[in-house]
Amino acid sequence: MNEIELLNWARGPGLAYATIIMVFGLTLRVFEILSLGRAEELAEVRGTGVSDGWKMILKRSLPEPRHWKLITASYIFHVGLLVVIFFFIPHTQLFRDVFGIFWSGWPNYVIDFFTVLSIAAMMYTLVSRFVDPTRRILSKMSDYFAWVVTFLPLVTGYMAFHRLGIDYTTMLAVHILSVELLMISLPVSKLTHAITFTMARYYTGSTNGRRGIQS
Amino acid sequence: MSDNRQQLAGELQRHGISRRTFLKFCTSMASVMALPPAAAAEMAEKLVKIKRQSVIWLSFQECTGCTESITRADKPSLESLIFDFVSLDYHHTLQAASGDAAELAREQAMHDNAGKYILVVDGSIPVKDGGIYSTIAGMTNLDMLEQVAKDAAAIVAIGSCAAFGGLPKASPNPTGAVAVSDIIHDKPIINIPGCPPIPVVMTGVLAHVLTFGIPELDDMGRPKAFYGDTIHDRCYRRPFYDRGEFAKSFDDDGARKGWCLYEIGCKGPTTHNACATIKWNNGTSFPIQSGHGCLGCSEPDFWDAGGFYKAISTGIGNPGQWATGALAAGVAAGLASAYLNKSTKSKAEKNHQEVTIEDMGGKHE
Repeated sequence: MNEIELLNWARGPGLAYATIIMVFGLTLRVFEILSLGRAEELAEVRGTGVSDGWKMILKRSLPEPRHWKLITASYIFHVGLLVVIFFFIPHTQLFRDVFGIFWSGWPNYVIDFFTVLSIAAMMYTLVSRFVDPTRRILSKMSDYFAWVVTFLPLVTGYMAFHRLGIDYTTMLAVHILSVELLMISLPVSKLTHAITFTMARYYTGSTNGRRGIQS
Repeated sequence: MSDNRQQLAGELQRHGISRRTFLKFCTSMASVMALPPAAAAEMAEKLVKIKRQSVIWLSFQECTGCTESITRADKPSLESLIFDFVSLDYHHTLQAASGDAAELAREQAMHDNAGKYILVVDGSIPVKDGGIYSTIAGMTNLDMLEQVAKDAAAIVAIGSCAAFGGLPKASPNPTGAVAVSDIIHDKPIINIPGCPPIPVVMTGVLAHVLTFGIPELDDMGRPKAFYGDTIHDRCYRRPFYDRGEFAKSFDDDGARKGWCLYEIGCKGPTTHNACATIKWNNGTSFPIQSGHGCLGCSEPDFWDAGGFYKAISTGIGNPGQWATGALAAGVAAGLASAYLNKSTKSKAEKNHQEVTIEDMGGKHE
């Protein structure tokens, strides 16, 4: 298989498999989670928990003074990732092709800035996992796996754009394949939080509210 | 055969080509192939001394566009002179002979120049059902290629069909079309892809073969001198790409300002060819300069690489349809899973038996 065949495979069958696995897997997981329902409260319920649920979604999205360096790094790479995914012009073309909706992308130098920032922030989060003894003990293989599959598309995309390393066609194919790995990993790893984080926060907040616990 | 093997020097004189003009040609050839400056003089020296090189040109599943490209000029050029100088012993479109006489000419050339002739192939070779989908004089293309390649010194696969299968190989490939390199494995093969290839690339490679031998090739058998860079690398619109300035349609403001054509399907970033530097029609222009994106015609399977007017970053096929299908299947599986969870839960509740301390052998105190 030459590089152009690899690229065509990544853009064709590879993307098809990844899309099907990701959409099917995430839909199934959301249904599974929702169908589990809520544990019966044995004590008297103190409220509906609705406002507490919404508050928790907001609160957990705000920065905290604790571990501010780590949290800032996490913010940077999450925001950077969103910018790079949704505002790099070639990506907007993909979304237009898939969803039929189009929004303007941002200039390449802006995307470049966010990519470098995100890569640096992700590196920091990895190093802090090794350096901080508590986090090192708590980290499992699944955490490192989630980090790797998120990091690869950023790095390969950067290298493809700047024509670094191997030739552009191969690097573009590798980049697309790395994105497909990320897509496949979404429903079967901790990365499912990309879809379920609001549900999970709402659940925690509303449960606390119903039990009269201040979140 | 030796009678007509005149040296190029005599042929140049006969055509009234001065040495200065000839040297300019050699210099430009050496330049486009990125050879060192001294190579131009060496090339000139070798070219004037060479004898007529026997060439057998086989046309298989093709459209004759490659022949049109190499021959169609409004005036005789030096490139065409070089081409004329080659002893083209067999070529369907250009030869005067036909029928048995044509086939005899091919056999004669093969016999007289065994081990020395250059075989040029344009068009892909159908191999499905014994190769019956394309025959010449009752012989399948497959048999003819194998027969002629056997005693060839080298093979030049002209055009994307001969180099990679091209349009005939496009899905669903009804004739089982393949490239020359899929059949012949024991001869040096130079691929000159393109639909069609640039004339000067064909003559340049030929000049290189005659003077310095087989040029340096990339992993797909293409001369690096012409296919080393992508169209995008050398495109004069590249700064617009870097700044994120793209034409959204063929007649919008961006198109009029000459912005990058990536969003309307240009395949320049993944296409290796010399269009952006050598250009076409004696260096007049090339597709991107005319306002149309590159189709990627010099890459394998370009016909099956998604829509011509869709960006490279889009999928090949219909990702939206796959996503919709997967969503529907996910909802169905999710509902089934929810039902199973619910029934397991209610079954557990139904089977629940209260256990007292006494049941477990204890006593209330």
